[in-house]
Amino acid sequence: MANSPAVRVRGLTKRYGDKVAVDAIDLDIPSGQVFALLGPNGAGKTTTVEILEGYRDRDGGEVSVLGEDPQRAGRRWRYGIGIVLQEASDLSELTVLETVRHFARYYPDPRNPAEVIADVGLTEQARSRVRALSGGQRRRLDVAVGIVGNPRLLFLDEPTTGFDPQARRQFWELIRSVVQERGTTVLLTTHYLEEAEALADRIAILVRGKIVADSTPASLGGRAEAKAVVSWSDNGEERSLESDDPGAVIADLTARYGGTVPGLKVTRPSLEDVYLKLIGSEGP
Amino acid sequence: MSTVDSPRQPAPLKDPSATVLGLHRGVLELKSFFREWDQVVFTFALPIVLLALLGSLFQGVYEGSTVTAAQYLVPSMIAAGVASATFVNLGIGIGLDRDDGTLKRLRGTPMPRSAYFLGKVVMVLVISIAEVVGILALGVLLFDVTLPTDATRWVTFSWVFLLGVVACSFLGIAASSLARTGRSVSAVMNLPYVVLAFVSGIFYTPVSALPEPLARLGAVFPLKWMAQGFRSVFLPDTILPQEIVSTSWEHGRTALVLGAWCVGGLILCLATFRWRGRRER
Repeated sequence: MANSPAVRVRGLTKRYGDKVAVDAIDLDIPSGQVFALLGPNGAGKTTTVEILEGYRDRDGGEVSVLGEDPQRAGRRWRYGIGIVLQEASDLSELTVLETVRHFARYYPDPRNPAEVIADVGLTEQARSRVRALSGGQRRRLDVAVGIVGNPRLLFLDEPTTGFDPQARRQFWELIRSVVQERGTTVLLTTHYLEEAEALADRIAILVRGKIVADSTPASLGGRAEAKAVVSWSDNGEERSLESDDPGAVIADLTARYGGTVPGLKVTRPSLEDVYLKLIGSEGP
Repeated sequence: MSTVDSPRQPAPLKDPSATVLGLHRGVLELKSFFREWDQVVFTFALPIVLLALLGSLFQGVYEGSTVTAAQYLVPSMIAAGVASATFVNLGIGIGLDRDDGTLKRLRGTPMPRSAYFLGKVVMVLVISIAEVVGILALGVLLFDVTLPTDATRWVTFSWVFLLGVVACSFLGIAASSLARTGRSVSAVMNLPYVVLAFVSGIFYTPVSALPEPLARLGAVFPLKWMAQGFRSVFLPDTILPQEIVSTSWEHGRTALVLGAWCVGGLILCLATFRWRGRRER
């Protein structure tokens, strides 16, 4: 059970009229991993996730989520699934506590609502009406509703869109803490590269309905194999060298300068460079 | 705390019951309804306020009877109040649920779909009963309405009420699909409601004063029959000449029309209900 993938997708295709939104993609998400589906707006991320969540029907391909086809799965399948919606403005007149308590009732083995509220940092707002929450607090509540059923698989669809950088970092902390503790599998979609890098064990990049890369953040787009650039300053003049073995270059330089190399820097292509290249190569 | 510390149990646990969840949803719906000031004012308070206003404005006693204009208005307004608490309330409520993500969120949970509708039923019943009590209390206090002591009249009241609630609820659920967005749903629901209230002789009294084409139009829909049924409960038979019918209250026909709308409304619901909003295809 632990080793069977939480999500397995083969040749998933979805069309809207003539437009192919998702074009024969394959995905494997092992249990316990945080998987990020990264891509520009309109790449097909939400369509893909909504098919896996059972919200939309696919036009082709095979999909297995927690061992079942979301298009046919019943109520019990949903016990294992938690969904954090991309945008929701419902529940406004209820309090945070009423909301989380109510959603806990839908599950046979829910978590303690008060504890979930504490986990997402809303204890002080537990008796506030949902309409009085700030945008960030509102998303925390959405997470609370998503995890109160004790899901094995959590979907987060563009969870931090519209957040300021500080709120975004706090939200990442929250996701890390609620996920790591329980080994929950997470499928995250985002158009923020930083977010994928901060949270994910594995990243797939979706561009115009196709997966253009799928690997760990460190090796995405051949990043691990790319040459490193060693740069330093030689009497105020910037020097640099590309190398497969930056360690040797540095040892060399250290010997040459008899100790500290002035202004030494080693860089690899940043994830952003790789990402821009990947989406650029498919660009218009 | 034990639920948190215990290891995950893969064995199927007991499924929460749809009925219990439906009742919980009813409580939640009622809380949301009475905390939303707009809804309380327009859906719940409006018929009561209209009765107070119109009842104070309309003067006179109907010929051949002891019924005042205000007393005539009371049972008609009960019908309008029930239609407001069911048709308008559900139409707007479900339209908003579709637009603001409520339905989407619920579809993503293991909630049995019947629990959603059961919750709406509980809400609608409680609000309708509160509406009837409010209107009757006003009638008794301001307009000297006397409540019938005859049990058969209360039996009539019960079946007219229940059939009316069911028919108008189904029509409200079906009509909720007409609105394109949450913002337009209130207008979409209130227009047919106000028009029907006029052609059913709720605001324009007595009902026999309506021009015939309008009266015929009104007779197609449930509201006219609910109002007539409630008048048969709360007014003496001496008022009958002011009705479109003049010899009897036509209980048989009332039951038939309301029953037909219950069945037709259910079919309309099943054919038109959408869990998805228009933006979500």
